[in-house]
Amino acid sequence: MEVSSAKPALKHIPIVTRSVKGKFRNFKTAIMLLAYSVYFLLPWMPWSRNSAADQAVMFDLDTRRFFIFDLIVYPQDIFWLAMLLFIAAALLFFTTGLIGRAWCGYFCFQTLWSDLFIWIEHRIQGERPARLRLKNQPWNAEKLLKVGSSHALMILISFWTAVTFAAYFSYAPEFVVRLFSGEAAQAGYITVVVLTITTYLAAGVIREHVCTMGCPYARFQGVMYEPDTLAVSYDARRGEGTAGRMIPKAGLKTREERQAKGHGDCIDCGFCVQVCPTGIDIRDGLQYQCISCGLCIDACNNIMDSVGYPRDLIRYDSERNLSSEHPSRPHLEWKRLKVWGYALALIVATAFLFYNIGTRSDTEVTVQQTRQPLFVTLSDGSFRNRYQIHIVNKTEHEEIYELTVRGIPAESLNIGDIPQIRVRAGKSLTIGARIDLPREIAIATQSFDFVIQPASPEAEPLVVQTNFNSKR
Amino acid sequence: MSQENTKDSGTAEQKPVFSQGGVPTTGHSWDGDIRELTNPLPRWWVWAFYITAIFTVVYWLFYPAWPVGNTYTKGVPGLNSITYTATQVDGTEVEKTTHWNMRSKFMVEMNELHAAQKQWFDKVAATPYEQIAQDAELMQFVTSAGKTLFSDNCAPCHQAGGQGVIGFAPNLTDDHWQYGGAYEQIEATIVHGRRGYMPPFKEIISDEEIGQLANYVLNLSGEPHDAGSASSGAKLFQTNTAGCYACHGADAKGIEGIGSANLTDKIWLWANIPEMSTPEEKLKAVKTIISGGLNRGVMPPWEDRLKPDQIKLLTVYVHQGLGGGK
Repeated sequence: MEVSSAKPALKHIPIVTRSVKGKFRNFKTAIMLLAYSVYFLLPWMPWSRNSAADQAVMFDLDTRRFFIFDLIVYPQDIFWLAMLLFIAAALLFFTTGLIGRAWCGYFCFQTLWSDLFIWIEHRIQGERPARLRLKNQPWNAEKLLKVGSSHALMILISFWTAVTFAAYFSYAPEFVVRLFSGEAAQAGYITVVVLTITTYLAAGVIREHVCTMGCPYARFQGVMYEPDTLAVSYDARRGEGTAGRMIPKAGLKTREERQAKGHGDCIDCGFCVQVCPTGIDIRDGLQYQCISCGLCIDACNNIMDSVGYPRDLIRYDSERNLSSEHPSRPHLEWKRLKVWGYALALIVATAFLFYNIGTRSDTEVTVQQTRQPLFVTLSDGSFRNRYQIHIVNKTEHEEIYELTVRGIPAESLNIGDIPQIRVRAGKSLTIGARIDLPREIAIATQSFDFVIQPASPEAEPLVVQTNFNSKR
Repeated sequence: MSQENTKDSGTAEQKPVFSQGGVPTTGHSWDGDIRELTNPLPRWWVWAFYITAIFTVVYWLFYPAWPVGNTYTKGVPGLNSITYTATQVDGTEVEKTTHWNMRSKFMVEMNELHAAQKQWFDKVAATPYEQIAQDAELMQFVTSAGKTLFSDNCAPCHQAGGQGVIGFAPNLTDDHWQYGGAYEQIEATIVHGRRGYMPPFKEIISDEEIGQLANYVLNLSGEPHDAGSASSGAKLFQTNTAGCYACHGADAKGIEGIGSANLTDKIWLWANIPEMSTPEEKLKAVKTIISGGLNRGVMPPWEDRLKPDQIKLLTVYVHQGLGGGK
C-alpha cells in the first residue's frame, strides 16, 4: 500500500468543507437518519414487563440487569459482552478487508455527529466560500450571531445526545423529568455534563483530529488492507495522462484536445479536496487520514458530468486493479484467505453467541459449602455439613423451586423452617441447607447432588454436584 | 503565536540578544557562556495556572481552609452546611448542623445506612421467631446481618463460624444445648449470660472412685474403658457420696436448667476426647475434670451491650443461621 508523503502536519489549516450531492452523500444521509432514529427513539420505546419499568431497552445498573426487548442480561452473562465485542471486531476486520474503512466513512458516531454539525454550519453560515469569508472577517454582530448560534445548536444537540445516552440506564420518561427538576441521581448529571462536553468538543471542535490523532482503529485498519481491497481511489493514469492534470483552458476543453497534448481527465478543479472532511487530496493516493466516506467520488462525478467526461475518475477500486496492465471493471474480490478467515471467525462467534443466549437456563444455582466448621459432629455421632444455596430466577414470573438431594437419603436434607423456596421475578435468594448423615453413610460419602426443580412446567431440573466432608 | 511575538520584542533592544532563534535572554551569563532564554510559558500552562488559582478561591467558599489562630476558616455558612443526627453519650439523639467536613459527611452516610437497615431490623423486631424462620427473604437479611453481629461480638469465644473451642466455648452449630436450644432459651442466654460450674471432687471421693466414674463416663459415650471399673462408677454416680446424678440427672443426660452436660452423647465440651489417641490419655483427661471441677464456663451478659433488636436477630442467627437450634 502506497502512502503519500504528506507535509508535516504542524500547522493546522482549518477544514471548511463544501457540500456535495450524489449517491454517497445520499447513502451517508440515509445511514445518519436511520442511526439517529434508532439512537434517539429507542429509549422511549415501551415494552411490557413484570419485574421492571416498561422500557424496551434499558441497562438497569441499580438491579444489575440489562433489558434488551425480551432478553434480560444478568451480570453472570458478562461473557456475552466479550463475545459481542469479538463479533464487532471480526465484522470490522471483515468489512475493512473487503471494502476498506466503511465503518469510518459511514457508520462511526464521530463521522455521524461531525456530519450533522457540519450540516448545521452549512445551514446557518452558508456554503464554503461564505463560511471562509466569515471565518476570516473580524468579529462583528453578524459573525457573532452566525457562529454563536451554530455552536449553540451544536451544544443543544450534544446535550440531547447525552440525555438520551443516560436515558438508556434508567426509565427514560421518569429520568428526563427528574433531570430537569433537579432530582436525578448524581451519576446522571455527571454523565450528561461529561457527554455533552465531549460530544460537542469531538464533533464540533476537534472533528477530524479525532480520526487522525486519537483513534486507534483508524491507525490499525491499515494492516487489513490488501492489494485487492476496494478503496476510494483516484485513477491517476486516467486523470494525469502523460503531461499531468490541467485546468480546462482554450485548446484544452474537449477530451480529444487534452489527450492529444497528453493531459489527463482531471481538470484540477479542487472540488474533491474541498469536500473532504479530513482535508486531504485523494489524488495524492491512499492516505491514513482518508475515512473513505466517498464524498470526493460524488464531487468528481458531478464535475465529470458537467464537463461531459465519463464518470468514476475517483472511484472504489483496488490497488491491484488500478496498477494492472489491463484494468477490469472494479469489483469485489472476495476469494481471499483473509476475507474467508474473517468471515469464518464472524460466523462461528455469532453462532456461538446465539446458541449461548438461546440455551441459557432460566435458573442459576450456586452452592457454597460452609467452611467454618467444615463438618459438625452431632450428639448421636452423625455428621452435619451446611451449605449456602444461591438461586437466581431469571424469568419474568415468580418461581417456586423444589430442592432435593441425590446420592444420599432424601430425609438427610433440612432447609430450616422455610415452607417453600419462592423467588420473585428477576430476583435471587440465598437459603441455608443442612445435610445430616449417620456416621457409616457419612464416611462412605464424598459427594452428592443437589437437584433444584423449578415448578414451572417443562422447566429442566438443575443438578449441582457438592462435596460432603466428615471425619474419615 | 508566542514564539513569533518575541521576534520583534521591544525589550530585545535593551537586553543583549544572543542568537538563539531570536529569543531574548535575561542578560545574565553564567560560567561565561551559559545564558537563560526568556521564552514565555506555554499558554496551556498559564491557563491551567489561572484555573487552579480560581479553583482555590472557590474551594475556600465551600471547605475548611485557612488556619487562623486556634481555629480555621470554615467556608461561607449556608453554602456548605451539613446536617446529621448524632447519638450523645447518654443515648439521646440530637440534630447537628455544621460546616462541611469529612466526619460529618461520614455521619450522614452512616445515618443513611442505618436508615436502610432499620426497616429490616424493625421487621425482625416485629415478627415472632417462628415466622422469621419461615420468611426466606427475611432470613436472608438475618443471615448476612447476623454474620456481622456475630463476628463483632461472639466470634472471639465461639469462633467466626460458631464452631466454638473445646475446653473454652461451646460449639453452636451442633445439636446439643447446655441451656436449651429454643429461641427463648437462646435469647435468655444472650441477654443474661451464663456461668457454668462443676465442683472439684478430689476432696470428696478417693482417686480410685474418680477413676471408676471416669471409666463410666467414657462408657456412656462409647469410648474405650474398663468395664469392671465402669460398673462400679455407674453405682457411685447414683449415690449421695458423689452425687453426680443431682446435676447430670439419673440418666446422665444433663439438665438444661442448670447447664449440666449430657454425658451420653458424642459431643465433648471440656476435653477433646475423640481426638485423643490412647485410652490412658482419655481416662486421665476425664479424671482431671472430675477431680478438679470446672469454673471456666462464663459467658458475659449482653443486654447492656446490644440493643434488643440486635439480640433478637442474633438469636435467630444462632438458631437458624448456624443451624443448631431446636
